[in-house]
Amino acid sequence: MKTAFGIALLLFSFAASAVDSVKPLEDADVDIFDSDSVRRGAGFFANYCVGCHSVKQIRYSRIAKDLELSEDTMRREFMFGDVKIHDYFETAMSKADGENAFGVAPPDLSLVVRARGADWVYSYLKGFYTDPKRPFGVNNLVSRDVAMPNVLWALQGIQEPVIKKIGGVDTVVDVRLVKKGEMSPKEFDQALTDIVNFLAYVSEPSKLQRLPLGKYVIFFLVVLAVIMYRLKKEYWKNIH
Amino acid sequence: MASEKAKALLNWLDERLPVTKFWNDQLVKYYVPKNFNFFYFFGSLALLVLVNQILTGIFLTMHYKPAAELAFDSVEYIMRDVDYGWLLRYMHSTGASMFFIVIYIHMFRAIFYGSFKKPRELIWLFGMTLFLLLMAEAFMGYLLPWGQMSYWGAQVIISLFGAIPVIGEDLAVWVRGDYVIADATLNRFFALHVIGIPLAILMLVVFHLVALRTTGSSNPDGIEIKKQAKDENGVPVDGIPFHPYYTVKDLYAAVVFLIVCSIIIFYMPEVGGYFLEHPNFEPANPAATPEHIQPVWYFTPFYSVLRAIPNKLGGVMAMGASIVLLFLLPWLDRSPVKSIRYRGGIFKIALGLFVVSFIGLGILGTKPVTPTATAFARVFTIIYFAFLLLMPFYPRLEKTKPIPERLTEPVIPLSKREGRHWRMIERGLDAVRTSAFYQNTKARLAAVETHPYYQNVKARLSAAIEWLKTYGSK
Repeated sequence: MKTAFGIALLLFSFAASAVDSVKPLEDADVDIFDSDSVRRGAGFFANYCVGCHSVKQIRYSRIAKDLELSEDTMRREFMFGDVKIHDYFETAMSKADGENAFGVAPPDLSLVVRARGADWVYSYLKGFYTDPKRPFGVNNLVSRDVAMPNVLWALQGIQEPVIKKIGGVDTVVDVRLVKKGEMSPKEFDQALTDIVNFLAYVSEPSKLQRLPLGKYVIFFLVVLAVIMYRLKKEYWKNIH
Repeated sequence: MASEKAKALLNWLDERLPVTKFWNDQLVKYYVPKNFNFFYFFGSLALLVLVNQILTGIFLTMHYKPAAELAFDSVEYIMRDVDYGWLLRYMHSTGASMFFIVIYIHMFRAIFYGSFKKPRELIWLFGMTLFLLLMAEAFMGYLLPWGQMSYWGAQVIISLFGAIPVIGEDLAVWVRGDYVIADATLNRFFALHVIGIPLAILMLVVFHLVALRTTGSSNPDGIEIKKQAKDENGVPVDGIPFHPYYTVKDLYAAVVFLIVCSIIIFYMPEVGGYFLEHPNFEPANPAATPEHIQPVWYFTPFYSVLRAIPNKLGGVMAMGASIVLLFLLPWLDRSPVKSIRYRGGIFKIALGLFVVSFIGLGILGTKPVTPTATAFARVFTIIYFAFLLLMPFYPRLEKTKPIPERLTEPVIPLSKREGRHWRMIERGLDAVRTSAFYQNTKARLAAVETHPYYQNVKARLSAAIEWLKTYGSK
């Protein structure tokens, strides 16, 4: 048990990613109001991620409502196995299976964008490179020695590390594509943007409500402030 | 007819409960100095935030689950499944940070204008106790979301008790109810956060206000209006009734304050990871220590003092002293005048350095420890303590100015201020005023004012104000 925690600590600690990443994080172009992109991202998530990762804080019904998807579409595309529409979007993989397969249970991704930022998730998914020393043959530029395999390799192609000697130590400073995947680099970047958009949406679905509501509240308060200011002036006009 | 019935009802009430007397004593016939400025808004704003925290807190409590296994998910449940739960949560989390901004400015005002000096020592002591309770309230509230920073922040701070000789470790276990932060800790913090401390805060707010009503408010000149000449009705010449003058003024300030809060709540609730810290969106994990543990921003000045001292017990004592010394301010400050307006240059410079140090300590407290940061933190800590401990000596070194009989302006006009820096600012403003851009903008605004649409809106607004005023005077 302790070793499992130790590995988790090693693999998922910020320390490794923050100190070792030589290349700054790439900018993820997040817009959760781009519902086409979020919908495509949900599709990618259902095809490539949910096998291991849950987004257990969100219900299928919420996704259906926010992304304007019918229950039939939800059943066909997202709801695998015996689940109901108001259930949470969870993986079928048990924690024990995850630990057996990867040494650590794949984390829940409901809040990964809020905890680490969209740029981190985007750069992380883009940062896999071949490393024969690792159990799945890949390592990651952003999160070194991470347990996760590169599940998107078929789309992305294969990347190799760019190694430089820094202070006498071989350091991976960047990656380069050596074998083309099913998607062009541009298409793949768009696919990643879609996935990050979906995860950003999942991390705070209420943002869809929050941002549009703000301007009305503030407009009301500004009008009220003008009235209050004039009222104050009116009462105070005789005070010198 | 309706008003007669209302009068009858009021009479009925007055025979049984001093409603009218209370209204008069506290508001209509409570006379306050007429020259309050910006800094005097923050008392009533603190009350507004307190009410907000209590109301949103009650609704959050209805959905929150104080158990280690459930707490994190129940907060996300509030964020997603409770109608407007996200709004309640952001109002509460933003309110917590805004509370400290308001209170820090409120306390600064007291030092700036010497509000805590005789005869207002008790108001200051009640206020300082409120500040301590507020810190406890915020600290315990911060554990409740049960995120990584909640957990490890509490772990670090509670372990400070361990530095106390002999009883320290036992005390820390007693506070936690366990050997580490755990379910037992969460439960007791919840109880204290929603019942224990709020009750104490409410009681002390009453004491704070009753003591204030007894001495009356001070003002930017530090002149006691009660000692002034009085008019035929016994009203101090520079006093005005709290209601309606300061009720309308504070209402205006409250709305402007709410605009600022709304911008945060709707557009930037995390405030770049300061109001809501990013690691706190990961559930508490007792097995994984975050690489960098920091308290929320409002504790960082004191946390910096703690870290600046190389010895753990020494650090804890210094942190305690940095707050205890504030309690003693009314007795440390021996100046014959209250307000900074009539004090000498030494105090002004010392206070400026104190403010810079306090903010500097706050910023450093959010950063990881480096040798440079520690060096700065030590310098700021020394200045912080020096400002407070040297307070008795400033009056010996500086010459105070004579205090006028009557109150002066809320804000002293630039032309009346002494000092080369004010002349420079004056020249700068003159340059802006004579610039083509300024003149141009002014002309355009004047053109807008003559536009029929603007005139129309203005007329309607005036009508609304008139209606409000007649309605208010009923």
